[in-house]
Amino acid sequence: MKETIIPIGPYHPLQEEPEFFTLTVEGERVVDIDVRVGYNHRGIEKLSEMKTFDQSTFVIERICGICSTSHPFAYTRALEDIISMGVPRRARYIRTIIAEGERIHSHLLWLGLAGHFLGYKTVYMWAWKLREEILDVMEMLSGNRNNYAMFKPGGVRRDIKAADLPVALGKLDSIIPTLEMLRKAVLEDPVLHARTQGIGVLSKQDAIDFSALGPTARASGVARDVRKDCPYGAYDEVEWDMIVTANGDVFDKLVVRIGEVFESVRIMKACLLNLPRGEIDAGIADIPPGEGIGHIEAPRGETFHYVRSDGTNRPVRHKVRAPTFMNLPTFKTTVKGATLSDATIILAAIDPCYCCTERMAVRDPEGRTLGDGYDLIRLSQEKTARIKRKMGNK
Amino acid sequence: MDIRLKALLKSLWVYHLSTGSCNNCDIEVLDCLTPRYDIERFGMLPAGSIKHADLLLITGSCNRQSVARMKRLYEQVPRPCFVVAIGECALSRGMFIHSYNCPQPLDRIIPVDVYIPGCPPKPEAIIAGMVKLLEKVKNK
Ligand code: SF4
Repeated sequence: MKETIIPIGPYHPLQEEPEFFTLTVEGERVVDIDVRVGYNHRGIEKLSEMKTFDQSTFVIERICGICSTSHPFAYTRALEDIISMGVPRRARYIRTIIAEGERIHSHLLWLGLAGHFLGYKTVYMWAWKLREEILDVMEMLSGNRNNYAMFKPGGVRRDIKAADLPVALGKLDSIIPTLEMLRKAVLEDPVLHARTQGIGVLSKQDAIDFSALGPTARASGVARDVRKDCPYGAYDEVEWDMIVTANGDVFDKLVVRIGEVFESVRIMKACLLNLPRGEIDAGIADIPPGEGIGHIEAPRGETFHYVRSDGTNRPVRHKVRAPTFMNLPTFKTTVKGATLSDATIILAAIDPCYCCTERMAVRDPEGRTLGDGYDLIRLSQEKTARIKRKMGNK
Repeated sequence: MDIRLKALLKSLWVYHLSTGSCNNCDIEVLDCLTPRYDIERFGMLPAGSIKHADLLLITGSCNRQSVARMKRLYEQVPRPCFVVAIGECALSRGMFIHSYNCPQPLDRIIPVDVYIPGCPPKPEAIIAGMVKLLEKVKNK
């Protein structure tokens, strides 16, 4: 049969971010897919290298609005790795509370969007309505609905007031019944079963081969979670379970994410109840020369930051790897063979976040791709030399 | 009042464009459409195609990749059409003002009718901006 190419994007009413998919279809079947990103590229790594270590946390927060805790969390951990120092216990608990609040709102957001992609608007409206409750808690604790600005190297910027604790706990308790209802409505709905079970299967071997991360891997039976494997924050001090399922289809990803929302509520409540007293900031003055890595479990998987310092007040190199970067290539197996109508939900199932993932390539006028950072530095030096010559300097 | 503008007062269809944002403004825009804020009470619905839109909600820092596409989309909107810039990025490029990839702010590229500052603006602020836009349409 003849192959047809269907372009989706970069601006499409279903997508909230610009990205470009090229689906090659034979009749109704998708035979190949190509993804092009870069419409969100803002050069954050470079921007971060232009700012001081403390200022960078604010830029890093704006890599992604949904992971506005995960990135600063990983970044501050990378800095603390350079100094090899710990964080006060109270600060670790506060960090965990904020990170879990983010996970709840992120998973609910995805659940809503998944409903939206399936044309099931009821789920969309319910999930987003519930998400508002969590955002209220976060606004009370941190002062903003998103972009909390709670993190700083060595601790947190703001303390949680004792008066807020019972209110936050009450709110968390009050959302549980609605969450239960939503879980039942979603997991027992025959329409959702028909649309998601056995669709977009990522086998365990493929998940390992592609190095899938986060809920995408856990839904395929790969028990991989930084919070368990390499505990940070307060995750080793509170009780919680990792949710792992076996099938790897879209439905299992749904199950994993909804289960994780409950676990996150559990962690958040435990941390709020046992919030230790003490300092919230270790008071870091200087970052010595050296390199450090920080990795944490973001809602979508492991976020990884690498920072190199030369002893000044700015990073010389800052490298960011967001989980979607690893999850995106799994499309190559999951979408192939699916029908076109299922493709949208399969593409949404990894909970892709393109503004975290943005990379770019530079081409010279002949169309050759200039590969790495050294090429860019060379280009920049050549340009400076050109400008100098033009201005008559040697 | 122009009959076409009068028709818009109760049914402004919106199309949302992100030109290199951190996603947060986009989510707050979507939030406005969900039950708590429910912007639909002003007759605003997301349009399925740019050709049905009356209002462009633009977020993001106008990076090199998306500007060309944004201009092309702007040319396709049937007139009269209005543009709302949402978030510090769209107003002035905000955090990304020194980035190599964000050369120009939005209002140097296409005309903007309403500016909603904030990083991200709260949904209440977006609704307040929309009400101002409706006032503007009324007084045209
Ligand atoms: S204005 Fe702020 S919240 Fe909005 S897209 Fe830009 S950085 Fe993100």
